[in-house]
Amino acid sequence: MMHDQGELLAFTEECEIAVTVNGQRYERRVPVRLLLSDFLRHELHLTGTHVGCEHGVCGCCTVLLQGEAVRSCLMFAVQADNLFLTTIEGMAGTQSDLHPIQQAFLEKHGLQCGFCTPGMIMSIHALLHENPDPTEEEIREGLSGNICRCTGYQNIVEAVKLAAERLRVAPEEVE
Amino acid sequence: MKPPRFQYCAPSMLDDALILLERQGDEAKILAGGQSLVPLLNMRLAAPSYLIDINRLSELNYIQPEDDYLAIGATVRQSQIERSPLVQEKHPLLIEAIWHIGHMQIRNRGTIVGSLAHADPAAELPALLACLGGSLLLQRSTGERLLATEDFFRGYLETALEPGEMVVEARFPWVDPRAGWAFMEFARRAGDYALVGAAAVLTPGEDGTCQEARVAYAGVAGAPVRASEVEKLLLGSTLDERSLDEAAQVARAVVSADMSDVHATVVYRRVLAAELTRRVLRAAWARRRM
Repeated sequence: MMHDQGELLAFTEECEIAVTVNGQRYERRVPVRLLLSDFLRHELHLTGTHVGCEHGVCGCCTVLLQGEAVRSCLMFAVQADNLFLTTIEGMAGTQSDLHPIQQAFLEKHGLQCGFCTPGMIMSIHALLHENPDPTEEEIREGLSGNICRCTGYQNIVEAVKLAAERLRVAPEEVE
Repeated sequence: MKPPRFQYCAPSMLDDALILLERQGDEAKILAGGQSLVPLLNMRLAAPSYLIDINRLSELNYIQPEDDYLAIGATVRQSQIERSPLVQEKHPLLIEAIWHIGHMQIRNRGTIVGSLAHADPAAELPALLACLGGSLLLQRSTGERLLATEDFFRGYLETALEPGEMVVEARFPWVDPRAGWAFMEFARRAGDYALVGAAAVLTPGEDGTCQEARVAYAGVAGAPVRASEVEKLLLGSTLDERSLDEAAQVARAVVSADMSDVHATVVYRRVLAAELTRRVLRAAWARRRM
């Protein structure tokens, strides 16, 4: 036990973190038990990320961490220190200019109440980034971690097909 | 929903993590991918006083092929394995099992070793490791020990891990290139834990019959179960319909009598075990190389 017990080796209940969300850097002091989902909503007021079940089942809180889809309710904010995130707020360029995936949801009636939609959009974004031309089965597999309780999945699948088609013609810049 | 209070530390060296773990003993819990632990914290089913986050231990982020097995370090995520060309080529059975774990979002965070250390008997990887006869490398600040699968898993969420110890590596033995293999499970919804899951590796001999059989199950008891009775039946067989029927019949007995819960009764699990046995054996045998 001759180890130098520097700051890194100390347990703590609060941490300073710096997180980049949608290209903007935020610095905050947070309790270590603060979930990433609550950090986004309560600290950064980015309330587009929804919380449903808060134990990793419903998919509402899906965000992109270093470009990969993850459940923000199953991570602590402190774990995102020095990493970059994309949330639903980072998808559309401006209020009037929807992202192609959002536009496809609008045109294909891929939502009713919209509660699951931010998570759906983020999951689909990750899916199409990895697989620009998914089969229907791959789309359904890609959506299996997101639950919708009102629209049902048929129109969402149609929206993904349309978005995939448009993104293949005009690929966007992905971080 | 908020997890209970805890003290947190994210060391960047394994030695530091082990010292912290030794110091806090059973008050501490390792946080890897967090896909099982954080739900338990959120629902306050677990309340460790200390969390040691190992995500910064880059020295444990390795996928290392050895002579007899594939070694996977404790911070390797399930999606990393899925995307690894090495594993795709050399251990496709491992990837087939991983496809059944949760969803893409879960596999992007969840680790291979974390799933094993969590020891949910319905999980895929414990059953696969039991099927392959794999092992786990446990480390503490004063030394390490290697445990076979059957010595590691003790029961529902229970393992041989002692306070101060963590699993640093899982070892998945290679599958004989001639062998056929398959992993299957039945769950009510995609990504749910399996009601029953089955893994099989069947190696054909020179005479075309089955020379070695390895069959293991998830979701049938408090720990993963390797079914030696089923395996014995298959030796010397050609996996014809009759031997499949016999194996399916024997497989019913691998479901322990206390496996009735809100998800399925023991009777239903036995029906599933029988049918999955038939299917997984047929699929594995069809993939053998003559």
